[in-house]
Amino acid sequence: MSLYAEVGEEPQPRNDWALRIRAHENKPNTGVRIMAYSEKVLSHYETPRNVGSLDKNAKNVGTGIVGAPECGDVMKLQIQVDDSGKIVDAKFKTFGCGSAIASSSLATEWIKGRTLDEAMAIKNTEIVQELSLPPVKIHCSVLAEDAIKSAIHDYQEKNGLDHGDHDHN
Amino acid sequence: MALKLPIYMDHNATTPVDPRVLEVMLPYFTEKFGNSASRNHEFGWEAEDGVKLARRQVGELIGADPKEIIWTSGSTESNNLAIKGVADMYKDKGRHIITAIHEHKATLDPCKRLAKMGYDITWLEPGADGIVTAAQVAEAIREDTILVTIMWANNELGTINELPQIGKVCKEKGVLLHTDATQAVGKIPVDVNAAGVDLLSGSAHKIYGPKGAGFLYVRRRKPRVRLTPIIDGGGHERGMRSGTLNVTGIVGLGKACELCRLEMVEETARLLKLRDKLDHGVLSQLEHAVINGKADQRLPGTTNISFPYVEGESMMMAIKDIAVSSGSACTSASLEPSYVLKALGLGDEIAHSSIRFGLGRFTTEEEVDFTIDKVVTAVKKLLELSPLYEMVLEGIDINAIEWGAH
Repeated sequence: MSLYAEVGEEPQPRNDWALRIRAHENKPNTGVRIMAYSEKVLSHYETPRNVGSLDKNAKNVGTGIVGAPECGDVMKLQIQVDDSGKIVDAKFKTFGCGSAIASSSLATEWIKGRTLDEAMAIKNTEIVQELSLPPVKIHCSVLAEDAIKSAIHDYQEKNGLDHGDHDHN
Repeated sequence: MALKLPIYMDHNATTPVDPRVLEVMLPYFTEKFGNSASRNHEFGWEAEDGVKLARRQVGELIGADPKEIIWTSGSTESNNLAIKGVADMYKDKGRHIITAIHEHKATLDPCKRLAKMGYDITWLEPGADGIVTAAQVAEAIREDTILVTIMWANNELGTINELPQIGKVCKEKGVLLHTDATQAVGKIPVDVNAAGVDLLSGSAHKIYGPKGAGFLYVRRRKPRVRLTPIIDGGGHERGMRSGTLNVTGIVGLGKACELCRLEMVEETARLLKLRDKLDHGVLSQLEHAVINGKADQRLPGTTNISFPYVEGESMMMAIKDIAVSSGSACTSASLEPSYVLKALGLGDEIAHSSIRFGLGRFTTEEEVDFTIDKVVTAVKKLLELSPLYEMVLEGIDINAIEWGAH
């Protein structure tokens, strides 16, 4: 006999305490309460945007890898830049929690179509705000900002461009 | 065929009360509510009868005399009573205690407290397979050793230690053996005499009984084990554990033990089949997944599997329809990987992405099939997303990379 009766099966109580047990089972599933993720984090986690890789050896591609496996987060973010200095494509892969995946997924969405300077100006606090990240997940947004900057630096280095005086968290 | 979600796959944490157990408990809340220590009226006698029967039921399951069962609130209390009680009672004989680093906290912490009080604790390290051997124990025993405390089966891995052999070693050397058998009682054959155990902890809620009821087996003959009590009072339980008995819980614990004893052979075969199906279903479809602990020396319903290159919290999120335990406390702010998995030599990141599946009496084959499907789908999706897996596919050794600090 399974305590977890199949949905739709009419309970067959042996006596009234059994009925009470079964009545409890019919409560709606309230889901997992321990991890409160925002709708936007869940959306990016369920259907991450721009997953994949660009040719890291291509001259017009910049690659940033930040984080460390033992810390539970590694982000790889890549940009493809056209002759006018505009980011025309971005891809990511992330080893990390749902918030880390969402932060990097959002980052790729935001930087596509932007110039390098515009992408460089993205701050982690904007990611926190957009995804409603709780304090314990702020490091995910920091990592995403670092990944963008790291990819841009890699592109600039490859192409002999000046790094400028950008702030590097 | 729709399944009821979420699916409970965490029977090593706790179990639902079996309806047959609840049925025998209920009268003791209302009609037979007497205090089992009341010697001069029917209410007390009735309660005492219930407790007596339970003593016999527990005794039968573990091969003990009913008089050797001391009721407690659960295994944490039982472990505390056994370890601290022996330590104090035998302190003039010696102050050396042997345990292992991957024991439950309810063993580790009493030992740590004793260490602070001046006792000398030897912390054995299991092999990579999670097993503590009799040879390790034999080597650690000294002139002043008063107690060996080694769990029968590990709660995170399900691995079974060399219990009859460890018991033999302790008998030969004349050292008391306590075993935390919380995970083993009711699931595999446990016989205190055959295993040479002097003290044994068990808990009702791991075997379809109620929470808040447990027992400590204390050997009465060859040798007669004595304990300094932790809780003083009315002198209940041969003076070892005072306090009015939790009669309803004890009656439930007794019935739970009886059911486990009567159904063990069938239930073991059923669980083994389901657990092996889960193991095979996951491992055959996920190349990098590995079982933690000695695969052929485990409890029938338990398996602990690592999923390398996949991060633990995202994994838990992906299989949120399945209630399992992960190798870390990743839902809290602290990301502390499991000390049990680390004791096996696993790295932090692998420990984080390890999952314990605990199958139980009410687990169905449909639930196992659903779990296999969910886990495989989740891991494949997360591997697609994983830069570490990509590096591995490219032939890069990720352990050789100097990762930045974050």
